[in-house]
Amino acid sequence: MKIGILVNEGPYQHQAADSAYQFAVAALKAGHQVQRIFFYHDGVHNASSLTEPPRDDRQIVQRWSQLAEEHKVDLVVCIAAALRRGIREQNLAPGFRISGLGQLVESGIQADRLVVFGD
Amino acid sequence: MLHTVNKSPLQSRTLEQCLAHVRPGGAVLLIEDAVYAATARTAAGAQIEKSVAQFPVYVLEPDLKARGIASKDVVKGVTAVDYAGFVKLVTEHDAVQAWL
Amino acid sequence: MSMEEGETTGVVKRFLFVNRKAPYGTIYALEALEVVLITAAFDQDVSLAFLDDGVYQLLKTADPTGIGMKNFAPTYRALDDYDITKLFVERESLEERGLPEDNFVVPVTVISRAEMADMMAAQDVVLSF
Repeated sequence: MKIGILVNEGPYQHQAADSAYQFAVAALKAGHQVQRIFFYHDGVHNASSLTEPPRDDRQIVQRWSQLAEEHKVDLVVCIAAALRRGIREQNLAPGFRISGLGQLVESGIQADRLVVFGD
Repeated sequence: MLHTVNKSPLQSRTLEQCLAHVRPGGAVLLIEDAVYAATARTAAGAQIEKSVAQFPVYVLEPDLKARGIASKDVVKGVTAVDYAGFVKLVTEHDAVQAWL
Repeated sequence: MSMEEGETTGVVKRFLFVNRKAPYGTIYALEALEVVLITAAFDQDVSLAFLDDGVYQLLKTADPTGIGMKNFAPTYRALDDYDITKLFVERESLEERGLPEDNFVVPVTVISRAEMADMMAAQDVVLSF
């Protein structure tokens, strides 16, 4: 099954990014296709390469990048939300791309299920 | 429809509103801070107890464990699932609605 | 246009936008509206649901000049131009907040909580922010 995911909150502040990640990993493990993960609202901060959490904490941004690399998951950051919050190509972590909101709508159309994580 | 709730029932009315919008064939999955709603001997727990007679209610076990709630304290009739179970529930229902 | 984009052609799904949050206190309502406007370009079957504090988003009397923010409620009027006319407001949510049914910036359909539940159950894609 094709599954799309929407993440509405930034890393560390709220559990949404963690829940979305654990869900995505479980979906891939079960043999499903994670069609796209779209980052909106403060969720765009998940894509910041400037993030530097303590070493003994989970590396949320890096974890997304790994997911993109290992499973070819399409990580899309909303351009309007990103520009508002200072996320640009220059500080975009590997595996993410910046694009329009149309990518979220497209995910809703193309994926068999769209699962939302937020506050 | 699979409904997910992530707020503590003591902090917000989201759970109450979600439960009022479940239709036949629908189910509720409690995640993040909403897992507190599944604890027995609480006001919300009583609400959940009534709900399980009408539709399936699930709770995400990793969130439950993280918050120190023992399985024996979960309301009877509520089914604990792991993330694989979460994924399965998503595929088994025709759509998912997150009550944020 | 990439092949992927091409795949959406002809597919019409029932999209529901659930608005349960008050405006101004957080950005969710405004950014939700931005998604709705984009969805209009995709020729989908779009509905909007306003319940709980989301009903405050549509108040005609809103004037955020004093807090230095833009009043985005008039933007809802643009939806009609895109043939998005299914705006449902939950009656019980209005009653709980002491709001009349005729103080909105756009025409809406006021429905009961039970009708709202039925409408939600009939959707293919539910977006909440």
